[in-house]
Amino acid sequence: MITQRLLTTRAWGVVIAVALLLIVLLPAANVFLPVDHSLHISTYAIALLGKIMCYMIVALAMDLIWGYTGILSLGHGLFFALGGYAMGMHLMRMIGREGQYQSDLPDFMVFLDWKEYPWYWSFTEHFWYAALLVVLVPGALAFVFGFFAFRSRIKGVYFSIITQALTFAAMLLFFRNDMGFGGNNGFTDFKRVLGYRIAEPATRATLFAITAMVLLGAFLLCRYLVTSKFGRVLTAIRDAESRVMFSGYNPLWYKLGVWTFSAVLCGIAGALYVPQVGIINPSEMSPANSIEIAIWTAVGGRGTLIGAIVGAGLVNGLKSWFTVAFPEYWLYALGALFIVVTLYLPNGIVGLVRKRARPAAATPAAAAAQGGNA
Amino acid sequence: MHVALRLILLLALCSGVARAHAAVADWVRQLATGDNSAKAEAIDGLGASGETVALPILQALQDGALHATPDGTVLVIDERGNAADAMSGAAVLSVPEGTEKISINNRLRRQLGAALSGLKLFAQDVQLRLNAARALQENAGEELLPLLDKALAKEQEPAVKDALLIAQAKINLSSADAAKRLSAVRALANSSSGAVKTTLLAMAQRNADGSFAEPDAEVRHAAHMAARNIDTRIKRSELLGHAFSGVSLGSVLLLCALGLAITFGLMGIINMAHGEMLMIGAYATYAVQIVFQKYLAAHVDWYLLAAVPAGFLLAALVGMVLERSIIRHLYGRPLETLLCTWGISLILIQIVRQVFGAQNVEVANPSWMSGGIAMSSGLVLPYNRIVIIAFAAVVVLLVWLLMNRTRLGLYVRAVTQNRTMADCVGVATGKVDTLTFGLGCGIAGLGGVALSQIGNVGPELGQSYIVDSFMVVVLGGVGQLAGTIIAATGLGVVNKFLEPYAGAVLGKILVLAFIIIFIQRRPQGLFAMKGRSVEA
Repeated sequence: MITQRLLTTRAWGVVIAVALLLIVLLPAANVFLPVDHSLHISTYAIALLGKIMCYMIVALAMDLIWGYTGILSLGHGLFFALGGYAMGMHLMRMIGREGQYQSDLPDFMVFLDWKEYPWYWSFTEHFWYAALLVVLVPGALAFVFGFFAFRSRIKGVYFSIITQALTFAAMLLFFRNDMGFGGNNGFTDFKRVLGYRIAEPATRATLFAITAMVLLGAFLLCRYLVTSKFGRVLTAIRDAESRVMFSGYNPLWYKLGVWTFSAVLCGIAGALYVPQVGIINPSEMSPANSIEIAIWTAVGGRGTLIGAIVGAGLVNGLKSWFTVAFPEYWLYALGALFIVVTLYLPNGIVGLVRKRARPAAATPAAAAAQGGNA
Repeated sequence: MHVALRLILLLALCSGVARAHAAVADWVRQLATGDNSAKAEAIDGLGASGETVALPILQALQDGALHATPDGTVLVIDERGNAADAMSGAAVLSVPEGTEKISINNRLRRQLGAALSGLKLFAQDVQLRLNAARALQENAGEELLPLLDKALAKEQEPAVKDALLIAQAKINLSSADAAKRLSAVRALANSSSGAVKTTLLAMAQRNADGSFAEPDAEVRHAAHMAARNIDTRIKRSELLGHAFSGVSLGSVLLLCALGLAITFGLMGIINMAHGEMLMIGAYATYAVQIVFQKYLAAHVDWYLLAAVPAGFLLAALVGMVLERSIIRHLYGRPLETLLCTWGISLILIQIVRQVFGAQNVEVANPSWMSGGIAMSSGLVLPYNRIVIIAFAAVVVLLVWLLMNRTRLGLYVRAVTQNRTMADCVGVATGKVDTLTFGLGCGIAGLGGVALSQIGNVGPELGQSYIVDSFMVVVLGGVGQLAGTIIAATGLGVVNKFLEPYAGAVLGKILVLAFIIIFIQRRPQGLFAMKGRSVEA
């Protein structure tokens, strides 16, 4: 049975319980319970959790490519931002004449004295076309870039460095006003999505529930991938790429496949992020953001999927708390996290928990093979 | 020389000066008493006199500050009501009854403008003279020719002399005499100004009725040739300008990347905190500058000399501490090193932010580094850029000597090539690692000292150079100092030549895109290492 291949019975229980909590209970507690009720979830909490769930999806994508395939991408922020921009284009069009200048064009175009939308904005008024772009743009970029990089057998740190250069170049490009993507400020001030007002609590709760569903779907899909034969080859590439080649596999297509899938996942996360956070700008593409994604995965534990989710939640939760409580100490904490995790926690929190539970099976590869997030 | 003779000469000289003064005084008196046509005569006379004393008087006339008393004395009365005698400059305490402003009409005002710019040709200040000469290039009539001749005879400064020659030639261009025009065109061929080129090209144009703007064929031909000459000169100077700023950017990139070429290229450590070593060097410069301002104010111009070792030592020290305490445990795990050093960089940035504040701090160029060499064609090569190019060359030379001519360099190369074997023959590899890493960071510190002289010094200084530095090292080929040098200079020059066509940002993006594509074609960089270490 495929369900058993994916997770153990106990793990299924936990996953379904968490999914129920996130998809149904939390949004309901926000919308239907009165504000003064003790179980009421504030809109702020929903917005924050929704944002973190988007990050969790990104962390899953990162875990696939880094944890399982051993390729550290420092450009995942780019795919995330591209998905966000694709969705943002649609949302900008949905503002209609409610902008500051009451024009059909977005404010930043009025400001630049543009008379009509540039060609690449065409059809973005249709939601489904924008949704298609969310998948296609990051996917196509990742495919082309990955094809050439993997074909030239660029590996390890070289790959990391050129992905960083890629996102850096893209950031500079998007900072330009002439690009038609709002320059520094990016897209903001969204009014409605699919006809619903974005500021309404019900819309926000729905977006939250959708994000939770996507997260659940992404987790199960990733789980399916890594437990399949395809996933085994990926792990083998991570551990001994030459041996995979000598066994008659061409690593190019495996790497390219998982790399593109990972980028698409990031794009979708970005598309969910934009309506909930209400802004997308080029700083999402800064190299620092992409490196932070890697640390989410590393904190939770690489090559475990569940670790990526835990890590993204933990680091971002910490960040939200720190930046309110001790804003000037957050960078110390983050920096220390980078150092401590790389020096002392190579398998992250999940590795730590597993070591406690079963001292024998501590390596991520062995644990992944046993198929559990126990 | 005989004393008497000298005395006579001196007297003659004095009387000459006095005579000139007397002429100016006459004109000024005419200004005060005469009607409009007499005033016009006086203004022209004062303008043509070439006397420096006439300048403030005409200026005052233009500003409406020149007044005449009933007895014909001329006073300059400024806005605050302070009066002074126009000729002697002596303060006049009580302005006599009936003193009136000397009024001028529009025709006089125009005349006054020309006379003023003519007079400024004789001002003391070189810049003022140059500006006046340039103003005359744009609009001057034939009546100013004698004045220009006079100024040319007196002028010593080559830049001003050139400007004057052009102005003279431009006046001659509108002369009715074809021979005069021809010599003027020939004189203009030595100019490098775009405006002159346009004027010359206009001569070869046809008027609406089909006749040429310049009737004489020979002059036309000369004008055409002269325009071409000027064009080549402008192009050459542009080329020189781009090449210079390219080399200058290249030297900056080189200083940033050279340390990385050692830590990443030779040792294989992905040091994402490399940019912060630049930052440390820059802040060390800042700190040294503060110390000099406080305790050695007299020698503040030489703070940079002290900042160079300070920047090197501080960055090297930080680097060695990091290597000993953290990086050492991550050898052989490059991706982990990358993340870990990134964490270090975040902490270093935050420390600097808390110690020095999040704002940029001000690091001043020492006075001997401000200004520049002015080339004939208006191109200025700033001293600070030249100093940095030279500095980069010296640093490269020292690093090369260190690597190839010292025992430490020998050890470093040995450990890079075969760690186990080096260990076996008694090289203290651990110590060599620490020293090498310290050296790489120290060189980054030197880069920071240089950066502080040309850009902003702030906590994010390093972040903006880290991608560039890695690109240079990867492009040049890992493990090759020569590759790094060529890659840095090449990138700098390419970047600067792209800039005029694509703009600064797009140019940078194009360069990045080029590197990304280039790496796909040649993953080993420009200069591939040969041998077994390639696959490692």
